[in-house]
Amino acid sequence: MEKNDVILELINVNKSFDGSIVVENLNLSVQKGEFVTFLGPSGCGKTTTLRMIAGLEMPDSGQILLNGMDIAQLPPHKRPLNTVFQRYALFPHLDVYDNIAFGLKLKKVSYQTTNKQGNVITKTRKYTKDEIDAKVKKALKIVDLESFECRNVTTLSGGQQQRVAIARAIVNEPEILLLDEPLGALDLKMRKEMQLELKEMHKKLGITFIYVTHDQEEALTMSDRIVVIEDGVIQQIGTPLDIYNEPANAFVADFIGESNIYVGTMIGPQKVRFLGTTWDCVDDFEINEKVDVVVRPEDIIIHSPNEGKVKAKIVNKIFKGIHYQFTAMVGNNEVLIQSTVDHPVGQDISLTIEPDLIQIMKREYTANIYEDAYINKNNEVVFAGASWACDVTQLVEGATLDEKGYFITPNGKKYDLDDIDVIATIDMKDIEISDNLEEGNITGQIIQMVWKGDHYQLIIRTEDEEDFIVDTEWTWNESDTVSISIDSSKIKLKLKADLSKYEI
Amino acid sequence: MVKRPNTRKIVAKSYLYLILFLMYLPILVLIVFSFTKSVELGVWTGFSLQLYKDLFANDSLMKAIGNTVLIAFVSAVVSTLLGTMGAVGTFYARRRYKKAVETATQLPVVNAEIVMALSLAVLFKSLNLSYTFWTLLIGHVVLTVAFVYLNVKPKLVQMDASIYEAALDLGATPWYALFKVVLPEILPGIFSGFLLSITLSLDDFVITQYLKEPSFETISTYIQKIVVKHPIPPEVRALSTILFLVVLGAVIAITVYNNKKATKVATMRRK
Amino acid sequence: MKFKRKYLSFPYVLFLICFIIIPVFFIIYYAFTNKGGAFTFDNLLKFFSDSTNVNVLLISFVYAILNTVICLLIGYPLAMILANKNYNRSSVMVMLFVMPMWINFIIRTSATRDVLNWIGISTGANSGLTTMIGLVYNYLPFVILPLYSTMLKMDKSQIEASADLGANRFVTFFKVIIPMTMPGIVSAATMVFMPTLSSYVISDILSEYNVVLFGSYIDLYFNQADWNFGSLMALIMLLLIGISVFISRKFSKDETGGRTSLW
Repeated sequence: MEKNDVILELINVNKSFDGSIVVENLNLSVQKGEFVTFLGPSGCGKTTTLRMIAGLEMPDSGQILLNGMDIAQLPPHKRPLNTVFQRYALFPHLDVYDNIAFGLKLKKVSYQTTNKQGNVITKTRKYTKDEIDAKVKKALKIVDLESFECRNVTTLSGGQQQRVAIARAIVNEPEILLLDEPLGALDLKMRKEMQLELKEMHKKLGITFIYVTHDQEEALTMSDRIVVIEDGVIQQIGTPLDIYNEPANAFVADFIGESNIYVGTMIGPQKVRFLGTTWDCVDDFEINEKVDVVVRPEDIIIHSPNEGKVKAKIVNKIFKGIHYQFTAMVGNNEVLIQSTVDHPVGQDISLTIEPDLIQIMKREYTANIYEDAYINKNNEVVFAGASWACDVTQLVEGATLDEKGYFITPNGKKYDLDDIDVIATIDMKDIEISDNLEEGNITGQIIQMVWKGDHYQLIIRTEDEEDFIVDTEWTWNESDTVSISIDSSKIKLKLKADLSKYEI
Repeated sequence: MVKRPNTRKIVAKSYLYLILFLMYLPILVLIVFSFTKSVELGVWTGFSLQLYKDLFANDSLMKAIGNTVLIAFVSAVVSTLLGTMGAVGTFYARRRYKKAVETATQLPVVNAEIVMALSLAVLFKSLNLSYTFWTLLIGHVVLTVAFVYLNVKPKLVQMDASIYEAALDLGATPWYALFKVVLPEILPGIFSGFLLSITLSLDDFVITQYLKEPSFETISTYIQKIVVKHPIPPEVRALSTILFLVVLGAVIAITVYNNKKATKVATMRRK
Repeated sequence: MKFKRKYLSFPYVLFLICFIIIPVFFIIYYAFTNKGGAFTFDNLLKFFSDSTNVNVLLISFVYAILNTVICLLIGYPLAMILANKNYNRSSVMVMLFVMPMWINFIIRTSATRDVLNWIGISTGANSGLTTMIGLVYNYLPFVILPLYSTMLKMDKSQIEASADLGANRFVTFFKVIIPMTMPGIVSAATMVFMPTLSSYVISDILSEYNVVLFGSYIDLYFNQADWNFGSLMALIMLLLIGISVFISRKFSKDETGGRTSLW
């Protein structure tokens, strides 16, 4: 597509509320006529992004270009965009007709006229009653509510209110229609129906739709392009097919559809080891690099015990209408498999996966690394807003501490470590979490949880916005508050600068 | 369902009417004896409308009635404006600001009238202000403004918070959105706040007594000055009858209005 | 400056600060200074060292407690009857009980006195009794409203459950109905107790100044232009109100009681 087809561009957009970052350095461009969906879990920043486009929030920094013009600081009533709100936000004191006509009555249209001197000048005027009437009737027809003009909006069903809300927005012929989880309040059947209708409407009207949802299925069925957002950051932008087949990272893979996610190791060119076996794959990474491996349940093929690549045993089975979903164990790893062929629970099987169906992704996190850590006067290391007991003698091989806590190197030199900068590294499996908030050094909230075959990977965020990545076998819940403790022997420290300045 | 013994119903109803009778007794006595000429309460000297004539001939009492209505109306208008703006502005403010304003709003609600009156008197004295209509107006607004706030707030809470944003989104300016979208939603709260203001102000004695200009009398202060030493003046009986009828009329109007609202057919026809 | 909806509240907030918050600080200032404006605890010491002052406070407490109890005893069954669909279905009846509140307070109170005198209960000779009658007469509507509204909200199935579990009427009343209506009782009690303590017109008119409640007493000192001592007593009043509000909040979540729901 050509560059001049771009209707909306977000450049380095940032937004925080009360010091916590909601949208971080967001960059995005939307083509004219496109159906773009912002997809992500609740609180990920997708609605805030939409509200910034609508003008209901102002970004802290960054540009929002509409047809090349920066509208980031423009108030909402001056933007040629309209929104369909989550709970419709119809005006209860107005009937259906007046709700839809609300925007038209405010709108000014420019027209050309010839003045007394004979020059052609441009003037603005309001819509006439007849024009408004015609437009409202047309909008009502589009949303299939032709005889509802005089109805009180509070007497309408949820689906009908939704239609009025859509009509109220599209009647203004916005350049972009923003939809903020518009189907969230409807029941499942109604939602499916409206999905199709919205898609149909998008085709008919030809205007750009930006749609916000947390429902991945909705996003996959309706969108031209999906923007997956997590924690204020775009994780991936792509067509529904791209996103499903080639998830950019473990989060996207986990969020879209069902998937098996494992930690694997590259052991050769296009060879990866996971589930205790070496597999052929089509991606190349450095040898010995730890990687995330994603396999979709429908891409795993079940064979009789000796025909496949790896042995497994079925431990659970759910019938899902058109297929069965099996849980099988390969060693300690769970494998989710979908198949239309039934197998009894307890059966020994073996599995194969086609090389091109094994998705290999760079691991986002390999360890917790705190670059701005420092040692305090108690010889504790301070990072992530807490101080931690650690073994400082590891900084120099053979070093010891004297009775006053000064640091003695093997060559007999004495140092005061207070305030010395270090890099602290903690392996993800070495962090202990507990729901007894008194137990650890600091508390945080679980903001993300991904199942990795035999363990969960959690991201725990403290009040100061510091993250801990934790591997654990235990099941926790997202948004639980937990305390964090780390065994002193498990904190690896590295000096950032030469020790000599600290000699005494 | 088992039919309850009839005696219980009779006892309950009798209790209800007995208390009702006792509560209205003093007023009823005033009303009955407003239609006779006798100066002494309880002495019937035949039907007469003389006391009503006396009432309208009593210039200082008529002036006091006028003053009472004036201060009630002006203070209710001011309170309604201030309280409504306060409730709307606070509703859209951050949590900490909201909490502070709401705590401060509780103060005049729970505070004793005499403490409020005294604290304002002390303030005005310290500022060397003499008592005028304006000090009295401030006093009455202090008395009533929080109640307007508290009547408007629930309407804001019930309102769909995004309709204001929806209006902006459709091209309305903030003022247009507030007047055309938010205001219609909270109008019932503003109206009941206004009525409550009027009644509180009409009935007030303590704050008025402390903050009024010495020559300015309301019904309450005018009558109080007399009744601390004497029985109720005969023409005030006539006034009581009129007041009773006005209140009764207001109650009937409100009841009819509420019933109408409740039974209003859901579908409205346009044009 | 860009328009923010919060700005709308500024006139209101300014008014609150100037005429509600600041005056309280003036009271505090006057309470702890003497006529010359010098800082002193004399007013405080004077209050607690003179038994007359403390007695007025104690007597006011007795009247306030009695008034609260009597109002509740009369008002509770009344509210139960009003809220019971078998006896009463119309809200008009409730309105009738509230209506006397809207007739001028001074007229109401002096009419009570005149009628009492007329039927032979002299306010001069029975000032304690007549004051009590005047107080109950004035505050009863304040009790009926909050009790009535909590009883309306009460879930009838819990009373039926209690009967179903074998409780007789008395047990049901004391173990189920009373605890369930506790928030209403507490808010009714607060609406009677503190206002009684601070009232002064009622006792003045109905006892011919024989009964002096705390409110009248404060008024007395202000009329004698002893602003400092008067301020101290007003401050004590404010403190008592604070305590009673604190206690009632512990029991009930209803912040405004029934007073805002008069209309």
